[in-house]
Amino acid sequence: MLDPAGPYSQQVTVLAWALFGLGFFVTAIVVAALWIAIKGPAGWKAKLGGERAVWIGGVAFPGVVLTALLIWGLTLTANLTEPIRGDEMRIRVTGEMWWFRVQYLDQSGAVVMEDANEIHIPVDQPVVLELESADVIHSFWVPHLSGKKDMIPGRRTLLRIEADRAGEFGGVCAEYCGGQHALMGFVAIAHEESDYRRWRAARIDRLALVGDDEPAQEEQQLAKTERSGMASTTSSARASIEDAGLVSGRDLFMESGCAACHRIAGTEANGLAGPDLTHVGSRRTLGAGILPNHRGTLIGWIGDSQSIKPGNRMPSYDMLSAEELEAIATWLEQQK
Amino acid sequence: MAIMALITCGPLAACKDPVETRREPVDDAKERGLAAIKRAGCGSCHEIPGLDWPAGRLGPSLKGFDDVGLIAGALPNRPDVLAAFIRNAPSAKPGSTMPRMPVTEGEAEDIAAYLYGLDHD
Repeated sequence: MLDPAGPYSQQVTVLAWALFGLGFFVTAIVVAALWIAIKGPAGWKAKLGGERAVWIGGVAFPGVVLTALLIWGLTLTANLTEPIRGDEMRIRVTGEMWWFRVQYLDQSGAVVMEDANEIHIPVDQPVVLELESADVIHSFWVPHLSGKKDMIPGRRTLLRIEADRAGEFGGVCAEYCGGQHALMGFVAIAHEESDYRRWRAARIDRLALVGDDEPAQEEQQLAKTERSGMASTTSSARASIEDAGLVSGRDLFMESGCAACHRIAGTEANGLAGPDLTHVGSRRTLGAGILPNHRGTLIGWIGDSQSIKPGNRMPSYDMLSAEELEAIATWLEQQK
Repeated sequence: MAIMALITCGPLAACKDPVETRREPVDDAKERGLAAIKRAGCGSCHEIPGLDWPAGRLGPSLKGFDDVGLIAGALPNRPDVLAAFIRNAPSAKPGSTMPRMPVTEGEAEDIAAYLYGLDHD
């Protein structure tokens, strides 16, 4: 908030500094009055206790200052409440205990890409967020980019964010929502326009390549062949990419129950309860903005997420062996 | 008198390593080490004194690591070996659950310094 990175948070920052300054000024007056009341000369004391001082200091001053502040504050932050044009880029963000589901929408409102705990936006362009909640009241807040907005079950609230420089900006849930509220975060990443277009094209390409929503029959066949220990004769592009370790990581993911809650586009994993893992390997963080994302933390999270974030909906998979955990983590790292 | 002193001090002295084998890392290396531990997310799997969260329990607790015997129960307990293990555990100890960690050589040395500098008790 005190380091604004966009037009909306800029205004909030100006208002915040004005309030700090005014608060300091009023405190100084009160302290001075207190000093007069205790140690000041008798004449001053009498004036301070007079009816006139009460009318000026107690009624006129706060009345004028607060009214002026209200009018100025509302004018200053008018851009926060401007009506939504309707042609802005839209992203739906759903608060869940304790992570953020992120869905990129097209102009018709259909979901184009799904992700979690990470929001990619282009700079210098207002982005409208459709905020929803799957369980309790959460609040969406990226201090660098805008004010807070509640995410209310059964209701859709809209919030506009905009960045005027590229960068990674941390966000949090700003409304107490249960035991792990403090560990419910995300990252907003603002890209330069051209970088953003490249990023989006790469994602769309990948979804097209893996055949989103249509688990490739060939791929499944390949996985089965590899699992039974037979050499694959399929000359699929995937075969050259995936060494044995990756294939078994994939199989373990499907067989250990991960796929019941997590979706990975282009595979038979289509669970919707937990975060979409189609792009998990490219995320900055793990566990909803709380851990760096690499093989080590992936192993730690899969094997024992309950020690890291007690009470989260994912059980600790400590029944898996070290090799199995590593195989799954290695495969997930490839899901960019 | 001398015998009395020996009897009372003897058992006490036996509790600690000889002074010259204790490693006393410099303070700023320890500080950098803790910062690197936080950045790399070591706590996802290990309980580490000085780190409030996370305190993962998938891997062994590193409490009292200053007095540990072999590193990971297998490797000679030397700072260079520990630093190498932190960066690339599978190569230092084949079959280790701990994967390669994304830290630089310098950071690994700082983390080793931090672990050796833990609570002496």
